Amino acid sequence: MLALAFLVAPFVALVASAPWGEMTALLDDGPAAEALWLSLRTASLSAVLCVVLGVPLAWLLAHDALPLPGLVRALVTMPMVLPPVVGGVALLALLGRRGLLGEHLDAWFGVQLPFTTAAVVVAQTFVALPFLVISVDAALRAVDPRLAQVAASLGGSRWYVFRRVTLPVVAPGVAAGAVLAFARALGEFGATITFAGNFPGVTRTMPVAIYLALERDRATAVALSLVLVAVSLVVLVALRSRWLGGLAGLAARGVEMAGAR
Amino acid sequence: MNAARHVAIRPTAAARGEGRARTRPAARPVASRHVAALALAALAASGLVACADAVPSSGASSGTASSSGASSGTASPSGTTPAVAGRLVVLAAASLEPVLTELGDELEAAHPGLQIDFSFAASSALAEQVVAGAPADLLLTASAATMTTAAEHVTDQSVFAGNTLVIVTPPDNPGKVATLKDLENGDLRLALCAEEVPCGAAAAQVIEQAGLTVTPDTYAENVTAALTLALTGEVDAALVYTTDAKDAGEAVRTIEVPEAASVVNDYLVATVAEAPNPAAAAAFRALLDSERGRAALTDAGFRVP
Repeated sequence: MLALAFLVAPFVALVASAPWGEMTALLDDGPAAEALWLSLRTASLSAVLCVVLGVPLAWLLAHDALPLPGLVRALVTMPMVLPPVVGGVALLALLGRRGLLGEHLDAWFGVQLPFTTAAVVVAQTFVALPFLVISVDAALRAVDPRLAQVAASLGGSRWYVFRRVTLPVVAPGVAAGAVLAFARALGEFGATITFAGNFPGVTRTMPVAIYLALERDRATAVALSLVLVAVSLVVLVALRSRWLGGLAGLAARGVEMAGAR
Repeated sequence: MNAARHVAIRPTAAARGEGRARTRPAARPVASRHVAALALAALAASGLVACADAVPSSGASSGTASSSGASSGTASPSGTTPAVAGRLVVLAAASLEPVLTELGDELEAAHPGLQIDFSFAASSALAEQVVAGAPADLLLTASAATMTTAAEHVTDQSVFAGNTLVIVTPPDNPGKVATLKDLENGDLRLALCAEEVPCGAAAAQVIEQAGLTVTPDTYAENVTAALTLALTGEVDAALVYTTDAKDAGEAVRTIEVPEAASVVNDYLVATVAEAPNPAAAAAFRALLDSERGRAALTDAGFRVP
């Protein structure tokens, strides 16, 4: 309970200090909506990228198909423990205009990543990917391999076993990982401002807008923060209770069915 | 070189006399105490803190101990004029660090028994600390606006220096920038400070007064970030303060901007209303206004009034 209070009390204080009377006036100007829309777009894209890139890696990790799994796991978690600003500097060193890879991207294809919306997605994916890999890895490990074997031994084709047994069991883990990755991407600040920069409508996401507003006008910063908090809460609660609950129920039924056969 | 000393709010044995004893380099202790108090207030509001009374009282006692230690330094009698001795606490904008540590060392050398503790941080944070009652003697901010925050808690505000903008480019100047007008070129990668921070407000004013339409690729969150982008070659040009460009030395190419001469960012000094050591504060301000002080500021790239 103390832990819960510790986590919640700051938000209660934030809500209490909010300029409720002028809230609509503070948020009514285009920039706030622009930043929110950019954040939602980039974070969704990052979550999809995380699933596409992360699930295969998590599958390899969960099935001990990689050499030095301990080292690989440590490398995967690195963006989680490093300050995101360091991630931003590292991304610049690799993909910046004079970066290791960025130099060639520029020379060969004329592609310059920094200060573009694509750079925002790269930065967000970089910091969010570990969350997806770790949760999917854990979910896959929790799957009893005998389930698929049993299903196969009972005459299920490979496709049938994958569709009716493996997928339902794994899907909640992937969905949970995707939600976590989305939430992390939505709140991403350090790597974004360092690697992608800050320009309205292109790279100024909500967290960047909040940071800058804090330099000039605390009321606007608080108002923007509350919008971000509200959006995060809605997304997390909705996905957890409805979608994930549904998927988890589905998975439980899948397990029951597989077990019953 | 001069090592920067930082303010330690906890009482030090060297509050007077021994002078040179190094205080612990706790970064922004005043701010952390402030934050701790806020956090406690938030927790207390939710009615869940059992040990609430233990922590603030220790914080408060350390604060008073330090200020009383400092004022006992000023109280040391030496004829009719108060002696310049004891502990002087100076809160100053980060951009002043090199020049102030140099001047501080000279003042300490001239007044045995004087110990100057600097706390360098963002002006806005320092002004908040003064408002919160930090036991400091002097406040030096990098803009008039930030001094306004603390206006009710300080006396004798005056402008002692100014900073203007210049263009910096990577040393090889890949964008071939020569004038402010060249920044209008859309192919140029350009960083300006965000308008929310002082250097960005100044940049916007310079560009507007010159009647130019300049669209940067990014708005840097502070002047150092803008400088770093030019330094690393991520942008072809950035508008930064003269002092930052000077500090970067050969790592960037500096292009003077005649149009920027009229947009001066003022640096203000003020004495904290309840300064524990007003005599030493006055001595420090006198040095800042002296020929020597003005020369040191000019060397660092500042304009002096």
